[in-house]
Formats: sequence, C-alpha cells, structure tokens
Amino acid sequence: MSPAVEVLVRTVAVLAAFLVLPLLVGQTEHKVMAHMQGRLGPMYAGGFHGWAQLVADGVKFAQKEDVTPAAADRPVFRLAPAVGLVPYLVALAAVPLSPGLVGADAPASAVLVLAATAVGILGTLMAGWASANKYSLLGAMRAAAQLLSYELPLVLAVASVCLAAGSLSLTAIAGAWSPWWLLWQLPGAFVFLVAAVAELQRPPFDMPVADSELVFGAYTEYTGLRFAFFLLAEYAGIVLMSLLFAVLYLGGWKGPLSGDLGWLWTLLKGFVVSVLVIWMRVAWPRLREDQLQRLAWLGLVPLALLQLALTGVWVVATA
Amino acid sequence: MGQTGEVTTTDGPRELTVGMGAGGLATADMVLNIGPQHPATHGVLRLRIVVDGERIITAEPVVGYMHRGAEKLFEVRDYRQIIVLANRHDWLSAFANELGVVLGVEQMLGLEVPERAVWARTLLAELNRVLNHLMFLGSYPLELGAITPIFYAFREREELQAVMEEASGGRMHYMFNRVGGLKEDLPAGWLDRVTHAVRAVRGRLPDLEALISGNEILEARTRGIGLLSPEAVAAYGVSGPIARASGVDMDLRRDAPYLAYPELFAPGGPGRVVTRTAGDCLARLEVLLEQVHVSLDLADACVERMRSLPQGPVNVRLPKVLKVPEGDLYTATENPLGFNGYYLVSRGEKTPWRLKLRSASFNNIGVLRELLPGALISDMVAILGSTFFVVGDIDK
Amino acid sequence: MTEAAKGSRAAGIPGLVRGLAATARTLARPTHTSEYPDAPPSLPPRSRGVIALLAENCTSCMLCARECPDWCIYIDSHKETVPATTPGGRDRQRNVLDRFAIDFSLCMYCGICVEVCPFDALFWSPEFEYAELDIRELLHERDRLGQWMATVPPPPALDERSADPAEVSALGKPARAPRAPRQAAAEEGQA
Repeated sequence: MSPAVEVLVRTVAVLAAFLVLPLLVGQTEHKVMAHMQGRLGPMYAGGFHGWAQLVADGVKFAQKEDVTPAAADRPVFRLAPAVGLVPYLVALAAVPLSPGLVGADAPASAVLVLAATAVGILGTLMAGWASANKYSLLGAMRAAAQLLSYELPLVLAVASVCLAAGSLSLTAIAGAWSPWWLLWQLPGAFVFLVAAVAELQRPPFDMPVADSELVFGAYTEYTGLRFAFFLLAEYAGIVLMSLLFAVLYLGGWKGPLSGDLGWLWTLLKGFVVSVLVIWMRVAWPRLREDQLQRLAWLGLVPLALLQLALTGVWVVATA
Repeated sequence: MGQTGEVTTTDGPRELTVGMGAGGLATADMVLNIGPQHPATHGVLRLRIVVDGERIITAEPVVGYMHRGAEKLFEVRDYRQIIVLANRHDWLSAFANELGVVLGVEQMLGLEVPERAVWARTLLAELNRVLNHLMFLGSYPLELGAITPIFYAFREREELQAVMEEASGGRMHYMFNRVGGLKEDLPAGWLDRVTHAVRAVRGRLPDLEALISGNEILEARTRGIGLLSPEAVAAYGVSGPIARASGVDMDLRRDAPYLAYPELFAPGGPGRVVTRTAGDCLARLEVLLEQVHVSLDLADACVERMRSLPQGPVNVRLPKVLKVPEGDLYTATENPLGFNGYYLVSRGEKTPWRLKLRSASFNNIGVLRELLPGALISDMVAILGSTFFVVGDIDK
Repeated sequence: MTEAAKGSRAAGIPGLVRGLAATARTLARPTHTSEYPDAPPSLPPRSRGVIALLAENCTSCMLCARECPDWCIYIDSHKETVPATTPGGRDRQRNVLDRFAIDFSLCMYCGICVEVCPFDALFWSPEFEYAELDIRELLHERDRLGQWMATVPPPPALDERSADPAEVSALGKPARAPRAPRQAAAEEGQA
C-alpha cells in the first residue's frame, strides 16, 4: 500500500469510527436510561426498537435553521463547535484498539491524547463568550473553572500508568498491563474516571450545562447542525474517555481468545465504561461547581499524587 | 463529597478582591432575569437577581405573569361554578382547593354533610396530598440534576390518579366537591382499588427514596442551604411543609381540624405532624417525603373507616338556586402547600359579594427575598425548588 | 422514611450506591409505561373526555348554556306550532333545536352542563383524541357532538354503601297525598 492510500484509509476508518461509535453510545444511553427509568425509550425510528433514532435526530438537526444571535461575535460563535469537536477526532486517531489497529501510532500517544482533549474545552469557552448571553457566559465560566479542577488529576493519573509501563505510548502501556494493575492502579483508575466525567461535563459534573440553572450553559444559543456538533462532541468524548480507560486500566485488547479479536475486547471494555458513565447520569444529581473544586483539590489531586508515589516506589523496588 | 457549608453561608455583602496586576480587576455586578421563561421556575415566575459572579446579591421575585383575576371571576359565578375556578389556582392540589370553598359555604348555610361524604372527602384530600408531594419528589431532584426520580414519582402519581379519575372523572381538576357533599357516589369496588393503589405506592416508594434520601450529592447540595428561621416564617406568613421544616409546628389538620381530621389526628390516630428543625432545603425535602408516608397511612385509615360506615348518601339535596345567607366567614384548610383560605362575604345572593383567596405559595415565595441573597446560582435553584410553589397559586 | 430505607442506611451503604442499585433494579424489571398510540388507554366510565349530545332529548331549555362557567355552549332554536291532535284541541308549541355547539377550546371540562341537563341530553365520553391543527375546528357542532354518543359508556355501578336511588327510597316513604292516609298506608303494605 502506498503511503498516500494508507493515510486515506486510516483517515476514513477513524472518521467512520468517530461517527458511528458516538451514535452507538448515544443509542445505548437512550435505551439504558429509558429502561432504568421504567420506560422503553425510542421505539419507532428505523422500526426495530428505534435503532435509527439518532440518525433521525441528525437529519432533523440538519434541517433546522442555523441561527446566529445578532449580538454574537459571529466568527467565534460559528467556529466554536468545530473547535469543540475536532480535538476528539484527533485524539481518537491515536487510541489503539489492538497493537496493529490504531489510526496514528504516535510514539507518545498518551501525551497527544491528553493534549488534544484539553483543547476541546476551548470550544465551550468560545461558544459561551461569543453567544452574548448571560447564561452562556456563566456556563463558559463554569466550564473554565471546571477545567482547572479535572485537568491536573487526569494528567497525574495517566502519568502514574505511564510510569508503571515505562512508556508514553498507549500501545506499550496496554502491552505492559497485567491483571495485577487492577488493584495496583485502582486509585489512579478512580481518579481518572472521575476526572474524565468532569471533563466530559457529564452528570454529576454537568454544572456548565446545568439545564435547570443555566438553561443549557454555553450551548444555549446554538441551533441546528452547530448544536448537533456539540452533542456529537459530548458523545465522542465519552467514546474516547471510555476507550482510554479501557486501554490504560483494563488492559485494552488483553483477554481470553484475544488473538485476532483483541480489538473487540477493547471495544467491549470501553462500552462497559461508557455504560457506567451513562449509569451515573441516570442515578445521581448534580454537584455544585465549588464542590467539584473541593473534591478535586482535596480528594482527587492527593489521591493521584499518592498513586504516583506508590507507582514510583513499586517501579523502583522491582526494577 | 465533602461538606461545603462554610462556603455558602456568608452574611452581608462579600468583599471580592482579585489580586491581578497593580490595582486588581474591576468587577461589575450583573443583573440576571431568571424567568419568566426558565426551566427552574416551573411556570412564569420571574426573579430579578443581581449577581456578583455567581453569588446573588439581591433577589426580587416579580409575580403576576399568570394573574387570571380569579377573585373577581368568583364574584360573578354561583357556588358550583366557583369550584371550577377555585380548583385551578394550585393545579397540584385541586381537591383541597375545592374543599375550602364548599366547607365555607356549608358552614354559612349551616349544612350538615353526610358522614360518608366527610370521610370520602378526607380520603380524597389525602390522596391529593400524596399526588402533590410526589410531584415535588420528582421535580425537586430534577432541578438538582437527578433525572430519574421524576419518572418514579410519576409512576406512583399515575397509580393514584387512576383511582382519583375513576371516582371523579378528572385527572387534575377533579370537580368532585359540591356544596353539601360530593358530586356523586363512589363506584363499586373503588375502595378496594384505593387500598391496592396505596399499597402499591407504598411498596415502591423505597425505590424513589433510594435515589433521594441519603444521597451524598443531594445532601451536599441541600444541607445548610436556604436556612429559613422560625422568625422569618412568622414574619412572612410562611406555612405548610416549609414552615414545619423550620420547626414551626403547625398544621391545621390538627390545630383547627375540619372534615374527619379530629378523629384521625386524635391521640393514637394515624395522623401526625411532621416537623424538622434545621430549616434548610434538606429539611424541607425530608418533611415532604415523610408526609407522603403519613398521608398514605391516613388514606388507609379513611378507607378502613369508610368500609364500616352505614349505608347513606354522599350529598344533600339543595335548592335549585343556592343562596348563601348574608354574612362573612373565613375558612382555612391545610392544603398540601400550606394554609389555603377563602374569605367569603355574602350579601344573600347566589354569587358571593367577595371571595378573597389566601393561597399558600404567594406567602411562601415572598420569603425568597431573604433566602436568596448570599447564595450561589446553583443554590438558588435548590432554594427555589425547595420552597415548593405553584405559579398559579402565587398569581391566582 | 421507611424502615427499609433506614435499615439500609444503617448497614452503611452509601446513598450513591443505593441510587445505582435502584436504577439497576428498575432496568431488570419490565417497563411500566403503556405504548399509547399502539395500545389505547383504558379509561374509567366517568372520565371527562368529550361531551356527547343526544339531540332528540334536548328541549333547547338553555340551562346548560346558562350554567356553563365560561359560556362555551351555543344554542339556537325556534318555536314550532304543532297542530292540535284532537278536534277542538289547542295547538301546541314546541322548541326545535337549530344549532347546538360546544367550543372545546374554551371548555374547562367541569361537567356542570351534563349535571344540570334535566332531560339527559348531554353525556360524558372518555374519548379524548380530537386534537386539531386549527383551533376553530374545536367548535363541535351538533352532528359532531352526536357522533360522540356512540362512545358514551354506561355509568359504573355504585358503591354498596351508597344511598338507594331516589326511586327506591321513594317507595319506602309514605305517599304524599294527605287526604287519604289510610289508603296510602294500605298500598304501602302491599308494596
């Protein structure tokens, strides 16, 4: 395969995964949430148990009028959804499903993924600032404050895993994984999960979009396709963080019969994590912004540092 | 999830100093209109708040967006037509609203209501109370970001609404009270279905409670938030579950009993007044949650009692044109939201000369002006929800 | 708080975990919603859905229109002379209903019209699927109101402790005529 064709194939494959996996998670959320609430969820679109509901939603969003508020900062307002969405696409390309199955095998893919996802929040900030709406502004401020609270524990937790594996490459980290990590890296895994949910602005950390307080936070003024992009970014974020969790803490493709089907294990583990993320939304109320800060600085950061120290000591002791 | 009490309770204006550059960053307060169209105001209540960042400095409830002139309309309606309008101001407690009107008229007429009607009314009023409180138990967590309780609460509401509809024909606006009793007798086997529904609701309440009571996030959001002192309760005329959550032990069902409540709230009876002393959002939630259990017990007691009553009518024959003798009377009932009063002034006509409506929510939200300053916007939603108002009951 | 809730908290299960458990339990159970358009709801006979008109019973007495709290019933009628049936008899007049309409966009579904109708011309039907795209279509004229009659259910049986119907209790009372008390008592004994 010539390099150009390979790049094309990889790009198309990543793009396809980027469009399909979030829809799968979204549909799972529709159905799991519905049944947890004693409902059926979508039942009509597509015939069988409403499987095409999100496709129908997408078509609906595409048909809607694309409104830009008169007082908005037009270029920023219109660019924001792209800024929110593209980083997740970039990050997804670097997440391996199995040793050979990865969009772009970067040597320091862990760093790349963290760096890329940190950019996504800029989209929310831009949207909130440019909307010329007080609720949007408050939502953006909350998002910015939230950024401070989760980014550090997230990086520290990943650093611990990198230290344990002795590599910054996600492929190598999953390769070095052993079931013993489940216990050893448990505090780090907990910190990562909590911080990831906070980064995704998912309940119980959905203060930036809290519908009962800020209408819809930074996305209040968005309609149509641009709004759909933000939604897609949220679900792409769930996919990314779930897969990342699977690769970092659950051994990715490792499992029984994982010869050629390792990628299936990664997807399966990621799916379980995303169901957990959905489950938290169904079961729990929302925290307050300052309570997240408190949790992050008094709980997550010390815990992540402790994990880092533990990992360091263990690595040195066994080296 | 740690306690964050000290973050939220600040007295007086807060000094905000931002140490940036040489002279600090100038900050300006922002006026934020919450409502009249806003997800947290369930209806058209408007709050004009001045915020410093997210901290509320002043809050002013602006009411009247839904004013329908109910009191004026009462004056050109006869006593049956008034019920139609009266059950609508607080649309979550329609039966209790109807009750106040007919109790007042009956008292002024000196009408003796048949015993079966008295017990049936008590039963329906308590079922209505459960329906009302279930609405709160669904919508309040929703405002705090928990999306599931409302589905569980509505399932139970559906169970009770089915029996209410079977008897009265209405799901919200029952229109089942008439001067002198009820519109018509209860359907055969209805009491059994009430028992069944009450048992089903009681059996599934633990599911709802598992999502609400003892939830660490919910407690962190509500404990110590929106502290309402008994003095403020007295000053603003706050009543009902909100007053009782501040330790004000008053309940008209016990203190000025009507219907069959004297017997139910007698020593050894199933009735008891639920109170808390904390006066915060959590206390208000706990009072409303526990009142559901009390009301279900009361409903069971009413059903038991109705089974043992002798055969008899549920209403009395009235003249074709019902005229209330000249005079005036204030009738107060313990509605699910608090005191609900009708001041009826009659000049001997078939319509009242004046029918003043004292609704619970109107007084209960007045106190928001004191509760909100110093709170965060997130707390505002918690406080607003916990004062449990119905906009129609405010604006009338 | 129920005993169960107290018990589990005493056992030290965090509230967050109990929330997860409760939702998981519900996930495992069958749903409790009814699939409305596919499965029609079963509504009790007293359910106030729509008002049906039995025009033959209507005498255009206007009681319903006058008692309606928001005056949403429109009735037009004219008087018609019925020639005497017997020779030398007097011609009689009767009301003929020209128009009977209920504006369901105004109706508050209180049921006073049904209650006051002295000739049983109005009935409640639990039927509720008559939403319209144009509010003016909610003005149901006589024909439309008549069509609802087919959906009117029989009233439910009453509670066993309900008072006897007026007809039954009237039987037990002494007859009204005070002129011949003995005769009335004798009749009562036979009954």
